[in-house]
Amino acid sequence: MKKILLVNQIDLSEMYSWLQDPEAGGINLFIGNVRNHAQEKAVVKLEFEGYKPMAMKEMEKLAAEAMEKWPIKKLLMVHALGSKQIGEPVVVIGTATAHRKDAFEASRFLIDELKNKVPIWKKEYFADQTVWVNAHP
Amino acid sequence: MEVLLFGISKELMGQQVLSLPEHQKIATVLELKQWILNQYPEMGTLYSFAIAVDQEYADDETPITENQEIALIPPVSGG
Repeated sequence: MKKILLVNQIDLSEMYSWLQDPEAGGINLFIGNVRNHAQEKAVVKLEFEGYKPMAMKEMEKLAAEAMEKWPIKKLLMVHALGSKQIGEPVVVIGTATAHRKDAFEASRFLIDELKNKVPIWKKEYFADQTVWVNAHP
Repeated sequence: MEVLLFGISKELMGQQVLSLPEHQKIATVLELKQWILNQYPEMGTLYSFAIAVDQEYADDETPITENQEIALIPPVSGG
């Protein structure tokens, strides 16, 4: 079973509840949060923009690939869009499997590939400037 | 032909959607990339950018027509 969402706000307890499964002995929940610094400067906030229909398709593909590679009972991929303050969750990857090894491996695969492929863009707001992350060499 | 823009490319190109001149003939993804770099040289300062056709990443040889949903994908930075 899989659940893929683009949302304004992430409710972590809701995510954890959804991942519960009587056959799953391991639940891995990776949470990506807004960090208060980048390039040794204080970050004020972040803004996320997405090409929504394509982002959903790319996440669906990654989820399908993960479910082929690992015996996953439940898989969750959720990314927030819009303005995010320091400490807020922006991405959640959840995997529920019989044994922990598969949950760790699948979660690692999903977050790494999400960062490589899913068309979502992050803008960092500093006190004196804004930067689209990864855009320039 | 229209091209959807996102993130930094919206700012560098100063618009939400790029409309190519009607007479402009573009047959492939590569031709579109070259046209964009000619018209908007500042796009060359990016690491790279990809073109998506009907919401799928497309390689340089992919043919494109006006009836497809075409989008410019600057380097992604989700997560």
